[in-house]
Amino acid sequence: MATRLSGVARAFGDRVVLDSLDLVLGDGEFTALLGRSGSGKSTLLRALAGLDHEVTGTIDVTGSVAVAFQEPRLVPWKRLLANITLGLDAPVTKAKEALAEVGLAERADAWPLTLSGGEAQRASLARALVREPELLLLDEPFSALDALTRITVHQLVLELWARHRPAVLLVTHDVDEALLLADRVLVLDEGRIAHDVSITAGRPRHREDPELVALRTTLLAALGVSPEGRS
Amino acid sequence: MSVVELARPIEKARATPKGPRRRVTAWHRWLSPLALLVVWQIASATGLLPERLLAAPADIASTAVELTQAGTLPTAIGVSLQRVLIGFLVGGTAGIVLALVAGLSRAGENAVDPIMQALRALPFFGLIPLFILWFGIGEEPKILLVALAVSFPLYLNTFSGIRGVDGKLAEVATTLKLSRGQLIRHIVLPGALPQTLVGLRQALGVAWLALIVAEQVNATTGLGYMINDAREFLRTDVIVVGLLVYSALGLATDAIVRLLERRALAWRRGFLA
Ligand SMILES: Nc1ncnc2c1ncn2[C@@H]1O[C@H](COP(=O)(O)OP(=O)(O)OP(=O)(O)O)[C@@H](O)[C@H]1O
Ligand SMILES: [Mg+2]
Repeated sequence: MATRLSGVARAFGDRVVLDSLDLVLGDGEFTALLGRSGSGKSTLLRALAGLDHEVTGTIDVTGSVAVAFQEPRLVPWKRLLANITLGLDAPVTKAKEALAEVGLAERADAWPLTLSGGEAQRASLARALVREPELLLLDEPFSALDALTRITVHQLVLELWARHRPAVLLVTHDVDEALLLADRVLVLDEGRIAHDVSITAGRPRHREDPELVALRTTLLAALGVSPEGRS
Repeated sequence: MSVVELARPIEKARATPKGPRRRVTAWHRWLSPLALLVVWQIASATGLLPERLLAAPADIASTAVELTQAGTLPTAIGVSLQRVLIGFLVGGTAGIVLALVAGLSRAGENAVDPIMQALRALPFFGLIPLFILWFGIGEEPKILLVALAVSFPLYLNTFSGIRGVDGKLAEVATTLKLSRGQLIRHIVLPGALPQTLVGLRQALGVAWLALIVAEQVNATTGLGYMINDAREFLRTDVIVVGLLVYSALGLATDAIVRLLERRALAWRRGFLA
């Protein structure tokens, strides 16, 4: 099955964002997508989600897809639980479980506009996870979370991934996050996949793992940052 | 309406430290109208303000009681209220249905919107002579004038409300695999509701206005008739009672819509509170 993209291109006016991009995402593979701000990560995700009608090339996605957008995009006139169950046939208990998993069990009756940034982001994540898709597209779903919540939610995503084995494409700015979670890390640059590395280390992973340390240096260099220059 | 609601928290924030002073201000606000009433009463009593121009406040009050006891006023109110209600229902339904047709598809927009925009430019009080020719002087021309007046604000606001629904939420609907029917029910209609409610309040305002105009021109029953009839006999007290009832009814219907708004837009209130 797998998800296949070949010759995918997208330009906004003169600005070419995706340029004849080729990519295969294996079934059940956890892939992280890195890239500078504005490199086209969200554009690629929207194309995969079937939301971009002007993208050219072939995109083959088989099976169900769920998306957590970069902004939470909760429906403001539906209470939290109704947001999770929107368009879902599964019973309400499952949606409640999903909310509990992201630590929002007591907020099930809250209006989305009353949630904090991190709460809204977790709710949006729960809405995607509860669908148990075959392809899960996550656009920086952890960016508004504090360090501690982030660790919990990382665990949650890994558990759900281990349970249902969807293919995951996780967009992130955080190299360490990519290294801790993914089987494979991509770097998007100049409209193409500029780097594609696999990680063999088992989970749970530790930042000090020599494989990860080596990959971190490689990836940071690929993103135009030298680790020495940072410290 | 959004302006009013958005202004509230700011007002609150300013008022909190000055709580007591605000109460004093509210009380002060009754002073000048009261003074005006007293001056008016004195002017009437001393003959400075002749009754054929404007009756004294006390006379107006007693006339209101008399008209109520005689049943004249309740009957007139009933007739006028019925005209507004039927006209409002007919016009409101038409306006909203047309807005749905135009808002939910390009073909619908092309079919409906140009006509509505053209009709909108008509001065609809100028239609009264035609309406009388077409429908006579019974209930129909009055009800239809109200309906016509009501349909435009509801059409325009609902249409722009539908078109103003956040495209990002429509994308969410796509990724959640909502059907077109579900998209309309869960995203488009609730998204357009705030703007429709703005239209509803505007519509109520013009509904009363249209009724007053229609009843002035020709009527043998209702509040407008009562006022016109009073003019013949120089009964300024009755005229003022009629006007006060018009405004009270207008305020009452506005309050109902505001209540509706508070309940229907609770999701937004939570954010503002
Ligand atoms: N609808 C649009 N119209 C015009 N330009 C767009 C549009 N959407 C995206 N772009 C441009 O395409 C480029 C890539 O945008 P995209 O959102 O994919 O970046 P990104 O990699 O997700 O960035 P970030 O990490 O900041 O989220 C940006 O330069 C952006 O300005
Ligand atoms: Mg992005």
